[in-house]
Amino acid sequence: MQNTSIQFKKQVTIKLADTRLQDALSRLQSRFVEGRSAVISEIHDLQETRTAAAAIRDRVINNLEHWLVHFEQQATARGAIVHWAETGADVNRIVAGIAAQHGVKTAAKSKSMVSEECGLNDALELAGVKVMETDLGEYILQLAHEAPSHIVAPVVHKNKEEISDLFAEKHHLSRKTGIAELCREAREVLRPAFLNADMGISGANFLVAETGSALIVTNEGNGRLVTTLPRVHVAITGIEKVVPTLEDVTTLLRLLPRSATGQSITNYVSVLTGKKNAEDHDGPVHFHIILLDNGRSSLVGSEMQEMLRCIRCGACMNHCPVYQNIGGHAYGWVYPGPMGSILTPLLGGIEKSPDLPNASTFCGACAAVCPVKIPLPDLLRKLREKQLQRGMKSWQETFPLKVWAWLALHPSIYAMATRIGVRLMRMMGGKEKLLHTLPGASGWTEGRDFPAPSGKTFRELYKRGEGQ
Amino acid sequence: MNAREKILSKIRSVQTKSSAPAISFHLAQHPRGPLPPVPPDLIACFKERAIKLSSDVLETNNRVDVPTLLARYLHEKNLPVSGVCWPSLAGLPWSAAGLDMQSRPAKNSDLIGVTGAFCAIAETGTLMMLSGPDTPATTSLLPETHVAVLDPRHIVATMEDAWDLLRKEHRQPPRAVNFISGPSRTADIEQTVTLGAHGPYRVLLILAPL
Repeated sequence: MQNTSIQFKKQVTIKLADTRLQDALSRLQSRFVEGRSAVISEIHDLQETRTAAAAIRDRVINNLEHWLVHFEQQATARGAIVHWAETGADVNRIVAGIAAQHGVKTAAKSKSMVSEECGLNDALELAGVKVMETDLGEYILQLAHEAPSHIVAPVVHKNKEEISDLFAEKHHLSRKTGIAELCREAREVLRPAFLNADMGISGANFLVAETGSALIVTNEGNGRLVTTLPRVHVAITGIEKVVPTLEDVTTLLRLLPRSATGQSITNYVSVLTGKKNAEDHDGPVHFHIILLDNGRSSLVGSEMQEMLRCIRCGACMNHCPVYQNIGGHAYGWVYPGPMGSILTPLLGGIEKSPDLPNASTFCGACAAVCPVKIPLPDLLRKLREKQLQRGMKSWQETFPLKVWAWLALHPSIYAMATRIGVRLMRMMGGKEKLLHTLPGASGWTEGRDFPAPSGKTFRELYKRGEGQ
Repeated sequence: MNAREKILSKIRSVQTKSSAPAISFHLAQHPRGPLPPVPPDLIACFKERAIKLSSDVLETNNRVDVPTLLARYLHEKNLPVSGVCWPSLAGLPWSAAGLDMQSRPAKNSDLIGVTGAFCAIAETGTLMMLSGPDTPATTSLLPETHVAVLDPRHIVATMEDAWDLLRKEHRQPPRAVNFISGPSRTADIEQTVTLGAHGPYRVLLILAPL
């Protein structure tokens, strides 16, 4: 997927004015934020479990080579073929190669954000493979030629009426208006795609090193269908997704669906190990697992390494006041919200996403809900520091800070400047004692007035003993 | 250098310390993380949580009564009376209850699929299914109604207990371990939960001792 995060500010203006999007986003807040809060308390000791989950992720990331090699050995021993890809383009080339090798004409795909990184669907179409997205949300987006705007609920930006119109136009059937009817129509249209597909493509939420398994959590059952019916299954995921044991993955599974959708468990958890046995009636004859780097290895051992813990639950975006107001598309790449504001610059280049590290109020809600305790605001701050070091900050931001720093180092001038400043502001505030506009802060005063200072600075008051 | 070597050497260049013994130890021990408290009455807990996730639950003390219970359920819901079952259940008196259950893997046109289960988990009201020649995965997936016949003695407290059972009875996991917690569902349209996405519309659990 093309990274358009350079246009962040322009997109924000458009998204804030989009009333349909604003309605959709308020729904997301009530369902996902309240949903999480209702079930997260089922975990007896949440903080202890989050600490354990973070430790499980760190155990692997701190020894990534060993765990990856162990996973590869186990998966290979069970008949899976493990591929390594440095870039998204490499993934596309590998999948197209597998398709050619097995004479694949059609592929049914379940939701995979890693495949979105690669732009896999377009690449496969070019290679002559017809790809059908089967996750309801992703299917709607494929029909509408749009990108996902949320990593868990990809079509959160669209309402029911838009989907009714889209189905009526694309399916050439009578226009359905109920959500259940729309779901049934999609089921009936998509069932043949599962049955006829030569290849199933999925992501993997986790890779279990102990057993060489790919683990997938789904609710719709499409994940099970694409990994059970087609004769070829390709699972694509990031190199950081390894988890040591079945017990370790179970601890993460207590947190993932609760944090993501407010479910105590997803409808299906599939642990897929190796290819079909000779005497089995179902399962893929060929099972390929593709491990994508795409910049992840450069985070290993760096001050940003904690980001590799991420299990893609989406809780940080659901709770983010910035995401809640602008939605996912404004972020310009696959991953929105706080985790995206960190991953997009790290994986795609900090120069291409100058606004994303600054798209945070640092309120800390993301870090408070993160199931694997990623210090998201700290990582955003580190990115801002990198921007400053590389001279990427505008003079409008750096100049006033330089002035302030100079003043702070010259206390007597500072005192004089503030004395003049507060008196000036008191005069401007007039009888109302309110400032309706402030030079350079019109954005702030657009929505509220600034109370005028009462006349004396803190230091003046302190000197007279009034401050005690 | 191929992609594998490039990626691994990049990681190796920043992570030099070898922890092979620690890794082997962790794999051999596979320690459990913090566990949630599960009430001592596992059957009651399983039933309560399964129902919460929109599964239907019926019970009988005699396995021979399973077909009659199922027939009544299907009539009440106005559902078809023919389908497929796992070979281990082929011996139940289906036709005496007016049901036509064929012992074979499910096809797309089959509307009822009857399975057993390896075990079930009380913590979440979840079934654990192992794929295999006699336990086809399609039976719990393609039909609109999935019926699972479960021995209540096979209900364990947590997923960790289920893994221990798997390790005890099988050397390694089969091709597919599927945990099923109620009918398939989607909330992709307006975050409104709708039952019956691509998998079954309903899941009926019948607790009956073997």
